[in-house]
Amino acid sequence: MSDDVLRAPLVLEYPFTRTTGPVIGGFLTGLREAMMLGAKRSDGTVMCPPLEYDPLTAEPITELIEIGQAGEVTTWSWAGDPRPQQPFEQPFAWAMVKLDGADTPMLHGVLVDDADAMSTGMRVQIQWREERTGHIADIAGFVPETGDAG
Amino acid sequence: MRDVAVIASAQRQERSIDNESEVEFMVPLMQQVKESVGLTQQDIGFTCSGSSDFIAGQAFSFVMTIDGTGPVPPISESHVEMDGAWALYEAWVKLQMGEVDTALIYGYSKSSPGSLRDVLATQMDPYYVAPLWPDAFAIEALAARQMLEAGKVDHQRLAEIASRARTHAATNPHAVRRTEKSVEDIMGEAPMADPLRPSDISAAADGGCVVILAAGDRARELSDRPAWIRGIDHRTDAHTLGVRDLTQSMSARIAGEKAGVGDDKVDFAELYAPFTTSEYVLTEALGLGDDVVINPSGGALGAHTMMASGLIRIAEAAERISRGDGDRAVAHAGSGPVLQQNLVCVLEGE
Amino acid sequence: MGYNQDPSVPPAALSGAVSIPDALADLEPVRSVTTPLRMEYTATPGASLSKYLRAMKEKRIIGDVCPDTGMVFVPPRGVSPVSGKRTTETVDVADEGYIESFNITRIPIKGRDDLHPPYVSAWVVPDGSNTGSIALVAGDDLDLDDVRIGMRVKAVWKPDDELEESAANILHWEPTGEPDAEVPDMMRIGRPTDGGAQ
Repeated sequence: MSDDVLRAPLVLEYPFTRTTGPVIGGFLTGLREAMMLGAKRSDGTVMCPPLEYDPLTAEPITELIEIGQAGEVTTWSWAGDPRPQQPFEQPFAWAMVKLDGADTPMLHGVLVDDADAMSTGMRVQIQWREERTGHIADIAGFVPETGDAG
Repeated sequence: MRDVAVIASAQRQERSIDNESEVEFMVPLMQQVKESVGLTQQDIGFTCSGSSDFIAGQAFSFVMTIDGTGPVPPISESHVEMDGAWALYEAWVKLQMGEVDTALIYGYSKSSPGSLRDVLATQMDPYYVAPLWPDAFAIEALAARQMLEAGKVDHQRLAEIASRARTHAATNPHAVRRTEKSVEDIMGEAPMADPLRPSDISAAADGGCVVILAAGDRARELSDRPAWIRGIDHRTDAHTLGVRDLTQSMSARIAGEKAGVGDDKVDFAELYAPFTTSEYVLTEALGLGDDVVINPSGGALGAHTMMASGLIRIAEAAERISRGDGDRAVAHAGSGPVLQQNLVCVLEGE
Repeated sequence: MGYNQDPSVPPAALSGAVSIPDALADLEPVRSVTTPLRMEYTATPGASLSKYLRAMKEKRIIGDVCPDTGMVFVPPRGVSPVSGKRTTETVDVADEGYIESFNITRIPIKGRDDLHPPYVSAWVVPDGSNTGSIALVAGDDLDLDDVRIGMRVKAVWKPDDELEESAANILHWEPTGEPDAEVPDMMRIGRPTDGGAQ
């Protein structure tokens, strides 16, 4: 870094409010009510989180069904130092989680104390936030499965 | 198909260019390239660039860079919010249509003012993923663990890729990570984005690249040994991570087939691989064997200038062809999380 | 279905024909979601703008000189848009000039509590410059109906002890009362430097 360079803090903020439509809005409504929804695809598989169109066939999604709130970690990465914008205060693991009743995994955090508690294939369940608005962070994260619902 | 070739290029990459703005460091590159083939801006048929305002946080910075071309009288111009390699593709299409005989292409960014790994979270799905702000290293790490646990690749192989990239980068004056490191030492590094180690991750740089394309006789007239584009194709995978197999790249494989990678012997390849795992996936997808020298420049592991690194791969490959260091090369550019988009270009000398 | 459907028919996924579990059917659906983006940077202005900002601290306005045409560009960007060449020479221009164009804003802008409608945004060309830049035109006894193209204005600077490396050192531009400038042909690239009929 050169010493004689002028520097100034610069913050870019975009206060996006996005309209959701019936598919994404349906899924987010489910989150608000502590219910997980998946999209039925024409080949009979279930996609969670649901997209408005099937990425394989381009067919519109017309049916959202309830799926499980626990599932299996398909891959993970330890986040020892949460980044400033992430909705996780303590070190956590990024993970792809395939929920029971879904055929595709979703991305979220797993709230455990250290990386030793993580393994691919482990069972986890949703921990809901108390205050929910219809937002992906209504899920506080996943925790190792205990059998008790979120 | 019309014969189109890369006839000139210039690049600059540094860890941080904090004493010049983007346009200030791009203008000398544009001038250098045009002068090297004796063209002025008014001789150029089409100008196309790739950049993103999010990288430096400068709204509409790309319109300021247009001033660097000297667009008076007004020029025929376009811009993509993609790596400059996609700008090159647009220019190549324009040349194929026969509308123009020459094109100027550039890509650039200054990522040092911000945190690139975090800024890249803004390219993710805005409803389900971006609000969680997964940084780019974390996303690749998820793919890396799947590759490792599926036994497709091991840490030894990734460390070999990292070590070889460093050895190559040490000979490249534009690389920013130029210290050699043994496979053993890399294996001993503590994970940075578990399971990825620091040497598995590209070396962020500020900078840019400028390329001139010319068609047919115009290329032969302006260059002693043009690097002919014998095939070029780009493909995209689905955006949603959950519906993709992150351990392989269908889009790179198809782009490679369409570009004709396997039609003849490949002397070397310049691949946009921001992670060692990306390089593994790409060599598999493109069917590049052990006889192919991968990233003689050191690749993005040696210097990663967002929005330019793909174009730099094409420029590096073309320059080696023009110098006579090889007769047939593959150049690749990528974009998006876990290389969602892939562009493959086959270059040949005559 | 899919991409082959009649373009005049809205896609099913966007038309509301999506079934959801009964337990949710009677609840108010989520129709929008707020997902703000916030990114923090440390901006560096580059060589030319740095020089301009440092001159601002001394209540001076500087511009770049085009090496081919001699045209002066304010604020300086380090490149001449006319020749496409890197600029190396800068010159001082006046802190007086004329209004090339303007508008009057009568509605507030979210997040800009410092601007009190109605206010005048103008394209001000300083004497000695071939380009104008955006500026506020104000003054205690400024009559909005009196603002016009060609009106002569001068910069009103912050008090000396508040000056920093910032274009915000110029609070606004106020009318000088001089006869109007003659505004040149807008189709030209670069304006004449004599400030019109001063």
